[in-house]
Amino acid sequence: MLQDRYTLAFREYPYQRAADQDAAEPVRHPVVIVGGGPVGMTAALDLGLKGVPVLVLDDHEGIGMGSRAICIAKRALEIADRLGCGADLVARGVVWNLGKVFHRDRKVFEFNLQPETGHRYPAFINLQQPAFEKALVDRIRVAQAAGAPIEIRGRNRVEGVEVRDDGVVLEVLTPDGPYTLTADWVIACDGAASPVRTALGLGFEGRVFEDSFLIADVKMNVDFPTERRFWFDPPFKSGTSALLHKQPDNVWRLDFQIGWHVDREKELRDENVKARIDEMLGPDIAYEVVWKSIYTFQCRRMTGFRHGRVLFAGDSAHQVSPFGARGANSGVQDIDNLAWKLDLVTRGLAPDGLLDSYATEREYGADENILNSTRATDFITPKSETSKLFRDAVLDLSARYAFARPLVNSGRLSVPCTYDASALNGPDALPGGPARSRPGSPCPDAPLGDGFLLSRLGGGFRLLTIDAEAPTTMEEGGLTIPCLALAASDDPTGALAERYLGHASSAAYLIRPDQHVAARWPGYDDETARAALRTATGRH
Amino acid sequence: MAELILTPNIEQPDDFYAELIAAHDGLTKAESDALNARLILILANHIGDRVVLADALAAAEAEQRETSA
Repeated sequence: MLQDRYTLAFREYPYQRAADQDAAEPVRHPVVIVGGGPVGMTAALDLGLKGVPVLVLDDHEGIGMGSRAICIAKRALEIADRLGCGADLVARGVVWNLGKVFHRDRKVFEFNLQPETGHRYPAFINLQQPAFEKALVDRIRVAQAAGAPIEIRGRNRVEGVEVRDDGVVLEVLTPDGPYTLTADWVIACDGAASPVRTALGLGFEGRVFEDSFLIADVKMNVDFPTERRFWFDPPFKSGTSALLHKQPDNVWRLDFQIGWHVDREKELRDENVKARIDEMLGPDIAYEVVWKSIYTFQCRRMTGFRHGRVLFAGDSAHQVSPFGARGANSGVQDIDNLAWKLDLVTRGLAPDGLLDSYATEREYGADENILNSTRATDFITPKSETSKLFRDAVLDLSARYAFARPLVNSGRLSVPCTYDASALNGPDALPGGPARSRPGSPCPDAPLGDGFLLSRLGGGFRLLTIDAEAPTTMEEGGLTIPCLALAASDDPTGALAERYLGHASSAAYLIRPDQHVAARWPGYDDETARAALRTATGRH
Repeated sequence: MAELILTPNIEQPDDFYAELIAAHDGLTKAESDALNARLILILANHIGDRVVLADALAAAEAEQRETSA
């Protein structure tokens, strides 16, 4: 039976019978994406814009209700910019950079997530998850109209998965009954309960955290500042920790830690939710609850993100606590990493083994996210008397002494990781080069006249030179790599030089399509640049 | 690189010890525990050097292992 698991916010792709369902033999697709959430739709858009035909199978007919993930981090916005909807997301969202942490009635810590200028995108925007997904689907519609080979099938639920050496067989259930199709590659973006993962009998390893949190999104007209506010032991008795965060349309996210042994049904009753909110907001603020939920969480990941021709991305592969905005944001980064590799492999321009680097790089990313998320969770919800003793000591000291403030952990917010040990990295041969742009690093943005560096880099392999001679293009293994030739003086603010030259007087960088640095040198040398490109595409 | 000092290093040790105990006078067990935790954090920050801190943790843990053996 095909029953909806959730109510739709937007009905975007109603079920339509597809020709595949009437075919005598299963129809074969180059790439099938299972799941139409933020990660699946990012994958569809990224691959479709590269010209790779993709088919999205979603078991619903559109975008689910409930704001859920609200924080979109800078790196996800930069990826969205590459896909043509970064500015749209910022226009729809609430921009913020500042976080404040309170202990009881005192402010103990404040952080600015974007302390330097010269970046196109802010540290974060807040935007309800359905609005994020809507922006992606809107962008897909524009891309489809311009010829991008993207197809979305609603009410198509994957029921069976068989991985063969030469492809994947999928059993799909629809309102008209089941049908079979085959795929060269499958990307499983089907969420924490991933039916694809379950069908393949693959598990998860990690920790379950024994605490529950009540989320209430409330609509109210208040002039609270646009910042993330987090309370440990708040003076209002709504929970043992609390969060207040602004969303668009006068909606505010409230999040209360309410303990492990709670009666969920009772806690979700209107009068009990209202009691907690009233305790926080006081008697004078009128509000309307627009969404509420109780969640618990786990920090865990699959042992391997690649299983032959099935690639796992987003929550299907890894889960973290929400403290740090590392869930959906890391899923979008998974796709950023995967799409160009799958594009090259499907076009025969890179060996199949390049996809192993997707798994190793993003498993590393997941480990970093899980580590940060676990540490934040241990600080927010101490699991032993001693852990709570030190937590409270840090909070007590932080009000008076600056030294204790960096120890306060209400969530280390999502930043992209550097793939330091990646097999795709070439030489770090730029003496005096800044550490932040070493091979494996995500390229830091920098202002360039009216625009920004990352927009100029775009979404393919690039040579980037600063005050160095290089040909306008480099050809290797069927790829044509254009060179973006810049001078340090192109950025009078000095940010470009600071972020890419450091103490060096010139530099040549090889940049990957996901805007991570592959290799760098003081100048361009044809032979070493070609070798680095072979390394970065898995051709050793 | 500094090394963890495990030889006598406090002048007039009896005075220091008396001050440490006196700081806990009149405190409940919970207050005393909290004071100790604050003190550890303040001292750890003063040391700063992660190698010395790791050695200090290991030295304290070694004592634990011997006592419980």
